[in-house]
Amino acid sequence: MKDVIIIGAGVCGCAIADALGEYDCDIAVIERASDVACGASKANSGIVHGGFDAPIGSLKAKFNALGNPMFDTLAEQLDFPFRRNGAYVLAFDTDRISSLNALLKRGIANGISGLKIVSGDDVRKLNPNVSAAVTAALYSPSSGIVSPYEMTIAFAERAYMRGARFIFDTCVTSVTRYGDYMRVTCSDNSCYEARLVINCAGVHADEIAAMAGAGDFRIKGRRGEYYLLDKTQSYLTDATLFQLPTALGKGVLVAPTVHGNVLVGPTALDTDNKDDVSATALGLAEAADKGRLSVPSISLKSAITQFVGVRAHSDRDDFIIGMSSVEGFYNVAGIESPGLTSAPAIAVHVAKEAAQYLGASRKQDLVVIRKGIPCFAAMSDDERAKLIASDSRYGKIVCRCECVTEGEIIDSIKRPLGARDLDGVKRRTRAGMGRCQAGFCSPEVIRLIADTLGAPITEVTKCGAGSYVVAGRI
Amino acid sequence: MINSEHRSVVVIGGGPAGLSAAIAAYDAGAKDVLILERDGRLGGILNQCIHAGFGLTLFKSELTGPEYAARLIDMAAERGIEYRLDTAVTRVDADKTVTCVSREGVFRIAASAVVLTCGCRERPRGAIGIAGARCAGVYTAGTAQKLVNIMGYMAGKECVILGSGDIGLIMARRMTLQGAKVRAVLEIMPRASGLPRNVAQCLDDFNIPLMTSHTVVDILSRNGRVSGVIAAKTDESMRPIAGSEFLLPCDTLLLSVGLVPETELARDAGIGLHATTGGAKVDDSLMSDIDGIFCAGNMLHVHDLADYACLESEVAGRNAALYALKGAAARGKSVPVECSDGIRYTVPMQVLSSASGAITFTARPSTERASGRICVEADGEEIYSKRELGIRPACMLRLTLNTAQSDKLRSASRICVSVRE
Repeated sequence: MKDVIIIGAGVCGCAIADALGEYDCDIAVIERASDVACGASKANSGIVHGGFDAPIGSLKAKFNALGNPMFDTLAEQLDFPFRRNGAYVLAFDTDRISSLNALLKRGIANGISGLKIVSGDDVRKLNPNVSAAVTAALYSPSSGIVSPYEMTIAFAERAYMRGARFIFDTCVTSVTRYGDYMRVTCSDNSCYEARLVINCAGVHADEIAAMAGAGDFRIKGRRGEYYLLDKTQSYLTDATLFQLPTALGKGVLVAPTVHGNVLVGPTALDTDNKDDVSATALGLAEAADKGRLSVPSISLKSAITQFVGVRAHSDRDDFIIGMSSVEGFYNVAGIESPGLTSAPAIAVHVAKEAAQYLGASRKQDLVVIRKGIPCFAAMSDDERAKLIASDSRYGKIVCRCECVTEGEIIDSIKRPLGARDLDGVKRRTRAGMGRCQAGFCSPEVIRLIADTLGAPITEVTKCGAGSYVVAGRI
Repeated sequence: MINSEHRSVVVIGGGPAGLSAAIAAYDAGAKDVLILERDGRLGGILNQCIHAGFGLTLFKSELTGPEYAARLIDMAAERGIEYRLDTAVTRVDADKTVTCVSREGVFRIAASAVVLTCGCRERPRGAIGIAGARCAGVYTAGTAQKLVNIMGYMAGKECVILGSGDIGLIMARRMTLQGAKVRAVLEIMPRASGLPRNVAQCLDDFNIPLMTSHTVVDILSRNGRVSGVIAAKTDESMRPIAGSEFLLPCDTLLLSVGLVPETELARDAGIGLHATTGGAKVDDSLMSDIDGIFCAGNMLHVHDLADYACLESEVAGRNAALYALKGAAARGKSVPVECSDGIRYTVPMQVLSSASGAITFTARPSTERASGRICVEADGEEIYSKRELGIRPACMLRLTLNTAQSDKLRSASRICVSVRE
């Protein structure tokens, strides 16, 4: 019997496992994919939102305001990339300035400081590639950017160090209350019991809730398509550029990533197939067209990849956080934007409530620092020389585009909750994330995965079961 | 960090271009020339090109890629040319300090001249933005070639190939010989982009359909692996024609949709790049706009044949050695080469009044023609012309001027290359 089972290893599931790890309780996280951060947590804009646009009094507003200031300390303790680059909400007509003012007022009501309205010329003074059509903007200095999957991996690794256990490749098929505990059964006929189940199942959270008999909400999948541009395009903007919603629909952002690429997207289209992350020609064209409203010089010649994320939009139009009508079944659902920003604050809140429910007390000796994989690309020559002297495998560059070494790749596989497939290595080290998109390094990374895990190359996958990379020996 | 080595010429990249440049530099007097190679062996991409067809011009015999590489490696070995393997160059400074990384540590080498022969890379799926599932089973043709020829694993069993670049054509044959079913090669243009001999020997001989004016509009997946692609006809502006879509079941999609010069080191060093080739801008000594840094091979512009990449690299290597041994001559007037009427680009892109010796132009045709006269004009006067048959973008033209013609160009203030009837 566990104390807590968390269903779903996205950013919420992992952050909650980490925060609950501060209390004396036994935690298991069940995830259907082969790794953490395989749903919306890996495919989103990576924005730490300022918190000005969530409706006043909503959970989104509350947790955004609480979450944003936590990032500086978290990024340091958990060693994930984060930067406060500031954001602008761009208005394209003079009559839209009233909308900016409304947004400013909402921001102030949400307790956000530092917001101000600036002129189009002010925006262009610092961001010369912003469209001449921009007349004014709301500036939010506390907005930031983060690597969402690296943040999730960091939470998961510290949760692991604090004692949480992760069960991958396992789909939950039923959640039932038996007396004073919950029973969770899975597709492989395994069965887990716990006093508390926390539902962090993202787009599928409504289906999990329905299994438990607490299905009083619906989650709609809302697709967002993105372009990722080459690092050579980082000059386009250093700030995150949002758009005021216009007659053309919801805004698309143009933002730098923490690694120096440029992100253009997302579109927003409701879908019935929550697991469909296929890109569409129409969606990509829309992302590019709308991105060019903010930055007209965006060139798709510099695109290195495209991706799609599916947001978990609840029919309650807000986060759903709390014990459900079924005792022992706790929902953390409908976590769409600003979910990534809110996740650390949601985790602290949920952990406190869960600990109270379980009667768990705080641990004495707590793991606080999680050290990431050394990042060779970001090091000075002297730091590189020192690292290579400690282990010569850091002297062999495998991914030439992102300058990732053999040492880092092996590290990513060997560490707790380590990578087991190409995408896992990619998200942990950036090998294959550059402009050649793994053309050169993937054969070598495949070999390193096989060697390190002691598996034949034919068993190496791109992203879990079924996604085999080679179709047999010659 | 290990510092302060000095070399007269450092060649970055040990593929055919780098080996040729190093050999030429040695023969021109740079006896301490050093090759830095990031891979575990010399020869570059030739090592995975196990098909024949290399060396007809340079060695007057038909060789496989590894055989061709071996010839060059032997020539380098005869001269005792030094090389370092598994050594990746991380930076080239404008003062020609080369920083590199290997399992032994971080090294800095001060060079009198540098030759960049870093090769090229394939355009990936993301560069052309194909819609569809983001699953396993989509590879560039070169990646599949490495999986099959170097590692000994099948990339897939049922393939569709998008793009008719030479590597795609070669891999259509290779996968077929290895027992895979190649359903079709789709080409968005109305004609194949690879060499005619590859279309004949790799597709026609194996009954693999080449579907020109076709592209892939969607990628389907099952359990995380490709299960098929949706193909469609394309119109004159290369847009898919609605209603023409059809399914091609497959487990693998190979991409052969173009090569791009690998210019990261050049760009970081501050070398000017050419808008059409994507490679460095060079004068007729193949020197970039940074004194003493020379460029050659596919890093300069993507070649049709390894032989021509090697011949070009010899020019770069020789001039690098002369630069290193004699020091920099003051740069004279630089005259850009204008391309018109059927020429997309030339290498060199400019001619330097202060240089000397015969100039060889490599020119890439922009359109197909049954025949034509390639003309070089200096200040409006035709000083060179050569009739060519079967002009096509896939095949480059080589214009070898004599010394007198070259001297005329050096004193001209306008230079123009074109194709005439």
